[in-house]
Amino acid sequence: MAKEIRAIVIAGNGTNCEREVAHACRLAGAEVVDIVHIAELLAGRVRLDDFHFLNLAGGFLDGDDLGSAKAGANRLLHARVADSEEHLADQLQRFVADGKLVMGVCNGFQLMVKMGLLPALDGNYQQQTATLTFNDGGRFEDRWTYLAVDPDSPCVYTRGLQGIYLPVRHGEGKFVPGDDALLERIESAHLVPLRYATADYQPTMTFPENPNGSVAAIAGVCDPSGRLFGLMPHPEAYVHRTHHPRWTREPELPEEGMGLWLYRNAVEFLRSEVV
Amino acid sequence: MPWRIVVGLKDGVRDARGERVRAEIRRHLGIELESVRTLDVYTVDAELTDDEVVAAANGPFCDPIIQQAAVNQPLAEDFDILIEVGFRPGVTDNVGRTAREAIQYLTGRSFADGEGVYTSTQYLLKGAVDKQTAETIAGDFLANGLIQRWTILAADELDPAKGVPVNVPRVVGSAEPTVRTISLDVSDEQLLTISRDGMLALNLEEMKKLQAYVADPATREKRCARGLSAELTDVELEALAQTWSEHCKHKIFSAKIDYTDDNGNRQLIDSLFKTYIVGATARVRENLGERDFCLSVFKDNAGVIRFNDDWSLVFKVETHNSPSALDPYGGALTGIVGVNRDGVGTGMGARLIFNTDVFCFASPFLDKPLPKRLLHPRRIFDGVVEGVEHGGNKSGIPTVNGSIVFDDRFAGKPLVYCGTAAIMPAELNGRPCHEKAVQVGDHIVMTGGRIGKDGIHGATFSSEELHEGSPVTAVQIGDPITQRKMFDFLTIARDRGLYNSMTDNGAGGLSSSIGEMAEDTGGCELHLDRAPLKYPGLQPWEILISEAQERMSLAVPPDKLDEFLQLAKEMDVEATDLGTFTDSGYFHCLYRGETVAWLDMEFLHQGVPQMVIPARWTPKALREPGLAMPQDLNLELSALLGRLNICSKESVIRRYDHEVQAGTVIKPLVGVANDGPSDAAVFRPLLDSFEGTVVSHGICPSYSDIDTYHMMACAIDEGLRNYVAVGGDIEHVAGLDNFCWCDPVLSEKTPDGEYKAAQLVRANQALYDYCVAFGVPLISGKDSMKNDYQIGDTKISIPPTVLFSVIGRIEDVRRAVSMDVKRPGDLVYLLGVTRDELGGSEYYAAHGELGRNVPKVDAGYALDLYKRLNRAQRQGLVASCHDLSDGGLGVALAEKAFAGGFGIRADLTAVRTDVPLRDDTLLFSESQSRLLVSVHPELRDDFEAVFAGTDCALIGEVTEDGRLEVTGTDGRVLIDSRIEDLKQAWQAPLREL
Repeated sequence: MAKEIRAIVIAGNGTNCEREVAHACRLAGAEVVDIVHIAELLAGRVRLDDFHFLNLAGGFLDGDDLGSAKAGANRLLHARVADSEEHLADQLQRFVADGKLVMGVCNGFQLMVKMGLLPALDGNYQQQTATLTFNDGGRFEDRWTYLAVDPDSPCVYTRGLQGIYLPVRHGEGKFVPGDDALLERIESAHLVPLRYATADYQPTMTFPENPNGSVAAIAGVCDPSGRLFGLMPHPEAYVHRTHHPRWTREPELPEEGMGLWLYRNAVEFLRSEVV
Repeated sequence: MPWRIVVGLKDGVRDARGERVRAEIRRHLGIELESVRTLDVYTVDAELTDDEVVAAANGPFCDPIIQQAAVNQPLAEDFDILIEVGFRPGVTDNVGRTAREAIQYLTGRSFADGEGVYTSTQYLLKGAVDKQTAETIAGDFLANGLIQRWTILAADELDPAKGVPVNVPRVVGSAEPTVRTISLDVSDEQLLTISRDGMLALNLEEMKKLQAYVADPATREKRCARGLSAELTDVELEALAQTWSEHCKHKIFSAKIDYTDDNGNRQLIDSLFKTYIVGATARVRENLGERDFCLSVFKDNAGVIRFNDDWSLVFKVETHNSPSALDPYGGALTGIVGVNRDGVGTGMGARLIFNTDVFCFASPFLDKPLPKRLLHPRRIFDGVVEGVEHGGNKSGIPTVNGSIVFDDRFAGKPLVYCGTAAIMPAELNGRPCHEKAVQVGDHIVMTGGRIGKDGIHGATFSSEELHEGSPVTAVQIGDPITQRKMFDFLTIARDRGLYNSMTDNGAGGLSSSIGEMAEDTGGCELHLDRAPLKYPGLQPWEILISEAQERMSLAVPPDKLDEFLQLAKEMDVEATDLGTFTDSGYFHCLYRGETVAWLDMEFLHQGVPQMVIPARWTPKALREPGLAMPQDLNLELSALLGRLNICSKESVIRRYDHEVQAGTVIKPLVGVANDGPSDAAVFRPLLDSFEGTVVSHGICPSYSDIDTYHMMACAIDEGLRNYVAVGGDIEHVAGLDNFCWCDPVLSEKTPDGEYKAAQLVRANQALYDYCVAFGVPLISGKDSMKNDYQIGDTKISIPPTVLFSVIGRIEDVRRAVSMDVKRPGDLVYLLGVTRDELGGSEYYAAHGELGRNVPKVDAGYALDLYKRLNRAQRQGLVASCHDLSDGGLGVALAEKAFAGGFGIRADLTAVRTDVPLRDDTLLFSESQSRLLVSVHPELRDDFEAVFAGTDCALIGEVTEDGRLEVTGTDGRVLIDSRIEDLKQAWQAPLREL
């Protein structure tokens, strides 16, 4: 009997998208999908070790009060699991070391970058080397964006894709690498699977196609293994054709939304290589 | 000694916030600065080591990639003037709260009482600024003196070693808790002084009712037995004032109205609310019979209707006008998170699914001096939009529908309507989820935030006009994250059956929430000293009536109390046992074991005397303006598209997350470039089902200047028209009314009270007539009756305004219809009749006229049309559908064309009218119940069959050439414009806001 794929979506302290992320995981074929409040993890009643696919959903952890996901990252790093010496961050590092999958969307992406989980060059998953900061426009924006896919990226989620169309909904989505050397390294290693693009999928720095002024039009980043992936656009927001802003005028749109492809790739990868 | 941590961007990193502030200072104040940069300051007042503070500064407070931090030394350099803006003591500081938690995680220790982190922002201005200009920038733009204070330093005044002097805005409570008693055995004049000085907002008759209550020997005897004197305590007086406030008791809607109509017929109306609102719903439900879908109306925080067999829909819309006038950001934020508590606190609890918002402002471009204490409409606009943005986005609730209405009288008070919908299981643990009941012996448990001095007298304050002495403590700032954590907790507690009832703490604080819950059992015993406080020094009466946000009250059975409190602790939510619900018949409050309030429940809730309000309807002598036929209708159309009430609101819509929860099927922006104006929202609340809910609204205050009866009728029709346009089922839809009026009670201050009261009566009569005729039950609502500004001789009254919101069902969201034309060759039909009804229209307003011929609604006619439209939609015959409202047919044609990216060629001779009309009337009349539909040509016969025998006119077709071309009744081309130009005219006015 094939073993089941177990996905977890962490909720609480300001996550907002846990329900639709869980829905996407289910549609993609994960057999177990649990939305788990962070209090359950901190109480030690649920352990990350029991899952294969960790989802960090969009939202406003702690209101993004100290900068997006900053306070959330601080909690994960310093909060102890009850009745143990372990921090939640330790479970997370073990999860990564075990070759499992982590996807962070929007606030989840900001959280991963600020904890050092992305882009995580040289096997260092604990030091922040890039950031996501305020959109050049200085404002929150809800808008759909075309995303060009790098076919040579090791990213397991974007395998086989050429371009996708997804909404962004953020005020702090501008990706900024720590320095030019880092940018060069992540680009040459193809760790930028997604870039903001024009409607014909050409990467662009022009607003509004590039909604936040992201350096090198970066919309998503993966680690060198391709198993850790974060992106500002919301794939869980486009899993059915009625999510598309123009579904009433584009009858040729397939039933299944483009965002679902990322989750399908994740589940397929786990089934063939991990579980 | 407190530490100051300053965090700023590293050299070379773009300061987007500073750039925006610079641009807005130019736009708001006309002051040109060379640059503005910003720094964040955390003032840490706690027992910590230097190392711990440095770790916090470089850890959670600072992004190492782009920021740098300094501790106890300045970062500011290369500037002319520094302005630091921080909160006044006691004002909610959300970032400070998060910063404090971050340090606690870092050190593993909790802060002690009185310790805290306070945030402020430094703005470094460069360019020709002196300190006086900086004072203007601080006071008129960067800060709101009600809640914030600021320091201004010139470059040479900044201590290079220490920076800006430390200022800890800690609340220092000195007053020992005391309970005063107030003698009401005084003259009438003194009674009124007591009411006025105490911000009680009680009139003489009400004060005399209190006087009589305590003077009654029977009352006196019972009070003595409890250790109270014959004088009311301040706790009792405040509780009564809150409970009897206009805000809580709706005294005007409950009053007896002595109404005389224009024919001299006199009628005594015993409660507008009971007669017209409750009355309409009762009648509609009776008519619906077995199809009645109402589950809980008027009695709870929100109305509940059936969604399907397994789920129920909850809906509520509130206003937050007075606080938004004083502090637009805080007022609006509190408005949205406040109405969210109504949704969650309905029945046994519900999950929020979307928000709606409608704002009424004066023009943000208003260019004339404003009376004292009024903020410029531009500041109101910015602050309100941002407040609702933070409230909705951070709470993870999509804002799916709304609008902005402009009229310069809203400078007196802006209207901020915030709506919310939620979903609950039809049954919970075997009982209907929309029902709840407190049991005798249940514990009173308060959850969520702590109590402070914020929001004291909010309920009584909003029951008055905005005046000189309007209190600063009436302003609160919401905290979406604390609230979100509480909601997460309450959902689990609900499903585990840990409580019997719940309600939110809104206006009137504990006094209202516990007072109302205690009606179930007939009494309570509330220990005020047990309530958790933000800081010491609150008086018992302040604890009772504070409207500090993010709090819900629950009735927890004794055997569930431990489990409830334990779950709260685990989920990091504060929950406190404050006493018990009893059947004593008394509202009983204690402080440190002493009785401080002992009020007869019956008197508290039913004792308020019924007002009698005179109303006389005298229609104004109005006439039609007799405008000359315009030379160029292209110009007229283009000018109309650029009017504030018609133009695109995209810049605001994009700031609201309208897609979180992945249920938004028809979004606020639709069409080929995702920028056309949607009529209504379609939302799918259950991700594994295609059943949907539809929400929309109608609002047309400009018609009130002619006749509020027809204003109300038009608002109802507009709400329903928008609703059916996208596919909402006209046979499963409920309404919700929000009245915002100017003071309608005849007095020295309001000499035209009889007219304003008559306007109120007429609006209510229409509400009854049309809800019954359309078969739409009202399920909840709210009124805000004192929307005036009065200081000195200046009085500004808002136009009487009713927001009519509707919520209903669509069986299959895949049948929903958007407003944009879909493909060339499609046929364009106009449904409905066009009449000479330009009174109150945008077209007349553009020419400085009001007119007389206000649009009128024939409900039976409209209902038939809407049912047929539903049928056509279900059969998939409708390619697009757009309602006609402000700007009439001309504007609807333009919007439909440019949203779809195709032209339309239309012929006005085909338009159905009752009498022959002039071309400009045909184009811009705002006759109701009209819709513009496009249909694929192959479906023509099927479509026309559905509308056989009705006013369904084929007026044109969709074209490839990208032009709007309209031919007049004489065959001449009246309008020939490129759709890009029309779109440009429509998008330009508010694009930069």
